[in-house]
Amino acid sequence: MPEPTEFIVKDCALVTLATGVRAQSLTALREGLLGVPADSVYHHFWGGLLGTRFDDPEFNNDFAAWVRHALHDLPLAERLAVIDPAQFVDAEALRQEVLEVVEQRLDELDTPLWAPRDRQFSFVRGQVVVFDTGRRLSEAHELVQVLPQLSPGSVFYHVIDARSRAPQSCDDFSSWLRELPDSHDTLLARLADIDPYFVTLAELRQQYIDVITSHFGGASS
Amino acid sequence: MSALLDSYADVAGADVVQHLRQLAAPLRGLKIVNINSTRAGGGVAEILHKLVPLMQALELDVRWEVITGGGAFYQCTKAMHNALQGQPAPLSEALLRAYEQTNADNAETLAPVLRDADVVFIHDPQPAALLRYLGERKGKWIWRCHIDASHPQRSVWRYLREFIADYDASVFSLADFARPLPHPVYLVPPSIDPLSEKNRDLPAWQVTEACHRHQVDSERPLMLQVSRFDRFKDPLGVIAAYRLARQFMPALQLVLAGGSADDDPEGAAVLEEVHAAAAGDDDIKVLLLPSDAHLTINALQRAGQFVLQKSLREGFGLTVTEAMWKGKPVIGGDTGGIRLQVINHHTGFLVSTPEGAALRVRYLHQRGDIAAEMGAKAREFVRENFLITRQLRDYLTLVTSVLHAREGRLELS
Repeated sequence: MPEPTEFIVKDCALVTLATGVRAQSLTALREGLLGVPADSVYHHFWGGLLGTRFDDPEFNNDFAAWVRHALHDLPLAERLAVIDPAQFVDAEALRQEVLEVVEQRLDELDTPLWAPRDRQFSFVRGQVVVFDTGRRLSEAHELVQVLPQLSPGSVFYHVIDARSRAPQSCDDFSSWLRELPDSHDTLLARLADIDPYFVTLAELRQQYIDVITSHFGGASS
Repeated sequence: MSALLDSYADVAGADVVQHLRQLAAPLRGLKIVNINSTRAGGGVAEILHKLVPLMQALELDVRWEVITGGGAFYQCTKAMHNALQGQPAPLSEALLRAYEQTNADNAETLAPVLRDADVVFIHDPQPAALLRYLGERKGKWIWRCHIDASHPQRSVWRYLREFIADYDASVFSLADFARPLPHPVYLVPPSIDPLSEKNRDLPAWQVTEACHRHQVDSERPLMLQVSRFDRFKDPLGVIAAYRLARQFMPALQLVLAGGSADDDPEGAAVLEEVHAAAAGDDDIKVLLLPSDAHLTINALQRAGQFVLQKSLREGFGLTVTEAMWKGKPVIGGDTGGIRLQVINHHTGFLVSTPEGAALRVRYLHQRGDIAAEMGAKAREFVRENFLITRQLRDYLTLVTSVLHAREGRLELS
């Protein structure tokens, strides 16, 4: 029988890079979407999570916010805001969806939409640097102790970034629980219900703490 | 843990300092060199005086060297600085030759340090040509531009670009400031130092004392704008907003605080207009403060209930960050870097007119509960995004990224 896998607790930091691509109109946004690396599109959906997010953000991704505040096109802003990046298998699929929505709107419009010069959309991308914290878990219940100590970078890496790495687009905790000898089906179902798109990393961590603590009955060892 | 790191952990959070330690660990043993053109005066020297000791406290081998030059060199680099910010600044061939010669001379003097360095940060245009004259090098060279270069004089940028293109990476403060270059261009926003004289906590008596010194009644509501007397900062718009708000708040006072405009003819003209607009109202104080009046500014920012930065055009706007760190919601012009800090209805209000500013002053006056809530959010927003510890984290991350020269996710073993 193989040895149970250890969970390696990692942390990450994100640094932003300019792509040099800017858009001042909806047509230019479409061209930018076609030309930038797919990870730039991904960054404009998820990158904000490693910064501060407020209680009730009007729009959850940079494209929707720019269309609303710079182009003042509310219908398109709403259509872009409803795109949930977690539903797409990879950044390329996400790019195609954003393009689809933008192109549909371009077909509907009679006049081009322009932003003021000082409100251009700057495409950026992120570089995530991941490092090992040295912490290891060998049993599922250890999560009860470790989760409250996770930094926002750890939560980002193991929950958000994990979705682009795991074959099943799930968080690292769930991937690990599936590999353990004991069955954790009930816990896995509850973890799968957590939607990371509308909360801060601190709130996301709390949701994981609540689910895991209640599952293990508050056990701390 | 060092005392310096301890003191930052107290204000920025122990988790933030722990994060820095983990990022710094793989960089220990590397020789990192910073080069600029002065040890005193100016924002770059100010930030290096903080960053270098912090990096040393993280057990990194960091040095800070300064290049030296003559009058023609500094005349040239001052013109370059203005030109990068978009002001017309013709550069004669003689000045450009002085720039090149000074860089060549300094490259020779600093060669032992620079050739041996693993990472070299070159700050702003003054030492940008060092790399060209150094010849052999083993390390990665990063050009750090602290200037808003979004609309530079094209001829000057074309000249500088020839030198900068040879670097391994560049760093700009905001995406809007960045120039296209043939290497990775990183974005690291500015930051404030929470332990500096301008930002550290002050006892209440010191705030009251500063108010008394400038004939401000600390018992009455105070509206404040701290900035140069410059048309783009719209001080006349602030006075108009004050007059509109005062119709509903008769006890309201206004302080416009900024540096002396002696060497700036345009600034002197604006200051004259401000004095004329304020004439006859003893509750408007126009304060010309010396450049080292950090404690006074700190105290006034703490005394003001309504902090404005009603700019019509703005680079980043660090006075906004400073006020937010003191728990003040800021009423800011809807422009430039203010938009990155003032999140409408969360950390303050974005406005476009004196009428808009006056309305928000009245609102914050009436809704002290919401003002306090927004102020707390503003401080937390700065804690997470605009403290020097975040800037250091970005530098450590980008150094790691540049050393590995790989795109996407970078997993350190």
